Amino acid sequence: MPAPPKRITMDDLEAFAIGAWILGTGGGGDPYFSLLEARQHWGAGKSVDLIDPLSLDDDDAIACIGQMGAPIAMQEKMVDGPLIARTITMMEEHIGKKFKAIMMWEVGGNNGFQPFLAGALLGLPVVDCDAMGRAFPRADMTTFAIRDLPAYPWTMIDIRDNSVILTSAVDWTWMEQMTRKICTVWGSLAATCKAPRTGRDAKDSACLHTATKSLRIGHAVQAARRNHTDPVEAVVKSEHGLLVFRGKVTDVLRRAAEGWLRGTVVIEGLDEHRGETFRVDFQNEWSIGWLNDEVKVTVPDLICLMDTVSGEAVGTETVRYGQRVSVIALPAPAILMSPKGLKHVGPRAFGYDIDFKSIFPESVR
Amino acid sequence: MISLGIDVGGTNTDAVLIDGKAVLQAVKTATTEEVGDGIVTALQRLVQASAIDPARIDAVMIGTTHFTNAVVQRRHVARIAAVRIGLPAAATLPPFVDWPADLRGLVQGPTFMIRGGHELDGLPIAPFDRAAMKEAAKEIRDSGVDAVGIASVFSPLNDESEQEAAEILSAVAPGISITQSHQLGRIGLLARENVTLLNAALVGLAKRTAEGFVRALANSGIKAPLYITQNDGTVSLAGQAARFPVHCFASGPTNSLRGAAFLSGIEDAMVVDVGGTTSDVGCLRQGFPREANNNVEVGGVRTAFRMPDLLSIGLGGGTLVDPADPARIGPVSTGFQLTERALVFGGHELTCTDVAVAAGLIELGDRDRVAGLDKGFVDAALARCHAMLVEAVDRMKTEAGDVPLIAVGGGCFLVPSKMEGVSEVVHVPHQGVANAVGAAIAQVSGEVDQVFQGMKREEALERAHAMASERAVRAGAVPASLAVVDQEDIPLSYLPFNSLRVRVRVVGDIAGHTL
Repeated sequence: MPAPPKRITMDDLEAFAIGAWILGTGGGGDPYFSLLEARQHWGAGKSVDLIDPLSLDDDDAIACIGQMGAPIAMQEKMVDGPLIARTITMMEEHIGKKFKAIMMWEVGGNNGFQPFLAGALLGLPVVDCDAMGRAFPRADMTTFAIRDLPAYPWTMIDIRDNSVILTSAVDWTWMEQMTRKICTVWGSLAATCKAPRTGRDAKDSACLHTATKSLRIGHAVQAARRNHTDPVEAVVKSEHGLLVFRGKVTDVLRRAAEGWLRGTVVIEGLDEHRGETFRVDFQNEWSIGWLNDEVKVTVPDLICLMDTVSGEAVGTETVRYGQRVSVIALPAPAILMSPKGLKHVGPRAFGYDIDFKSIFPESVR
Repeated sequence: MISLGIDVGGTNTDAVLIDGKAVLQAVKTATTEEVGDGIVTALQRLVQASAIDPARIDAVMIGTTHFTNAVVQRRHVARIAAVRIGLPAAATLPPFVDWPADLRGLVQGPTFMIRGGHELDGLPIAPFDRAAMKEAAKEIRDSGVDAVGIASVFSPLNDESEQEAAEILSAVAPGISITQSHQLGRIGLLARENVTLLNAALVGLAKRTAEGFVRALANSGIKAPLYITQNDGTVSLAGQAARFPVHCFASGPTNSLRGAAFLSGIEDAMVVDVGGTTSDVGCLRQGFPREANNNVEVGGVRTAFRMPDLLSIGLGGGTLVDPADPARIGPVSTGFQLTERALVFGGHELTCTDVAVAAGLIELGDRDRVAGLDKGFVDAALARCHAMLVEAVDRMKTEAGDVPLIAVGGGCFLVPSKMEGVSEVVHVPHQGVANAVGAAIAQVSGEVDQVFQGMKREEALERAHAMASERAVRAGAVPASLAVVDQEDIPLSYLPFNSLRVRVRVVGDIAGHTL
């Protein structure tokens, strides 16, 4: 039985922001800016219903939205709900059809928040699913790409009101390459409405109930903070994850290039990890982690850096020298770890000549 | 080297003279409405008691919670103008958007959002709208505000828009005080802008306060350079500090934690600083305060400052106790009027100090004035104080085992001698003036913030480290004590030759003050 619609309150959004930032695995952008805009909309009496994807009719039209670009651009240009909403109406005009609901392109970070802003502005519900179950840097790193669903059409807008409709693309990789160029010209940030999906697509090919998961993680962190217990431990426990490393950041190499943020962070161990070094590469999101130069954890396992004291997620654009962080791993959705899935989101898709071996034993997955 | 450390708190003004590792003399006086007066009194008493020639003092370091208190208590903050340059970006989240309503009501004056600013690659978002800026400048001039904060999108990468806006403002409204965001913060518009606006709201107060400090020293015959202590436990010259009061926000707690480490010789411990109005609990790691997480709020405003992780509760020597219910303590305090309002000092209000005197924990004022307090009431009130402190220490503890707790501050007689989860409660000589001791032993820093061109990242970082270290040593740091506390590099892709902006901050102990 599908769950009944859930009216999303401002309290829900506060928890969702915490959970989505953790599921962002370093990317997707800081949800704080969307949270601030949401407070304005909710304060003005607007709200959104979260609906179970299992309640969708097969032919319902679903909008898939999110921003694309380098998270560091969002730190300065922040977020613009009305702009995001316009990508949806632009798509409706293009396909000549009204959307029934909006879904998250990626649940992670600020991007997980976009449907809630657009939904509040357009009066549309948000579907409790996304196409990544986390955040990834590329459009071809989605469950819809893994399932070979069409990659077009696609609308995108920048803050100056430049806009583009891409009417066709051979595959997701071409769509990614074309849109990334445009996004880079626009200042490495664009609002996008991706290829529309049907209710059937969402039920069959999306990661289900990921907004609920994000809320659950947020509530676990909030409860730990209230009770003065370890919020990092609370997330690990709630999501059957693994604490990988604790330490202090001693180097941040960060470069914005080709519309992404890339780099490496070096963490020197503290407490039980004193004397050890953890290094983690990123392309918008944390991708590969090495413990003392041995590969320890890789995509698509979720690699999350958290502030050791507060349990707040640490993003690739906000991590900084001297910060005390905990590295945790969370299990990835099964579809990402299938042979076809790994072609899209495994270490090789990020340019590493490394085979994926989950940090989690088979039984946990 | 003889240094004079002064702590100007909400209740007390303390002063200490330190020669190397020795505390020569310490005094505690009441903070005065005009902070300079309290300093003069403290200095007169200090010089008298130590019989030192004021000319022998090499440096004066003042730590103050004055600016933080102004924001937290919503007092003495100025109404200011705000200019954000970056439209059409960030249009839905204007300046002051995440400020608490009461503070915003006090501080927010004319606010403008103007086209301009830069992208991540250093290119303009839109051409800077000079005409709009000129109009804004006229309105700002006519509104009568004395200070303005300017923030443009990506100004840490390209500060052209902020500089141009400042020039226009200075031309239209000569003499107006301007804070530009690129002088204060890093990437992250909202937090950088918040800090810029807070700074603008405090520069007037900071200027008056620093002038008061300077006058007080001159009146006391001290000719040594005056430094103000900063958030990270280092000092900067008073003139510089007056321009950037936000850098002094956390100096109070930092000083008390560092002072506790210096006085006790313990580098890893919990510290409780019981003042007149609050008790602050912090944690020392290797002689330095444990830092809070990345989003530190000051008076409810989100900043990106690095500050000690601190828990403040409303319990201090001046905290009022309900005469009808010993379990109702605080959060209201007599503040700097403790010596007028407390029972033992001839006043008519029951404070924690009165309770401690009645219990025989300290000798202060006239003990006879609390002789009539019921013993059961006194015990219950003390038990409540102890419970509040135990809970605060427990909340700040991050390790499971027992750790030492260093008790400092003028009200540290309220700390019980035994506590659960604490291996030992450490009391040390001069514990009442740990803050001033922390100021006196403040560190010095060397900073580099410049663009390096035509070299590899490693080479640029190495050069920046060397330059920052050299500057720290020149400022008086012992080479062996140098430590990098901050490092950041950002490629400037709009400039040629592989340009890299590198920021490195190195701090070190002043000779003789190594912990």
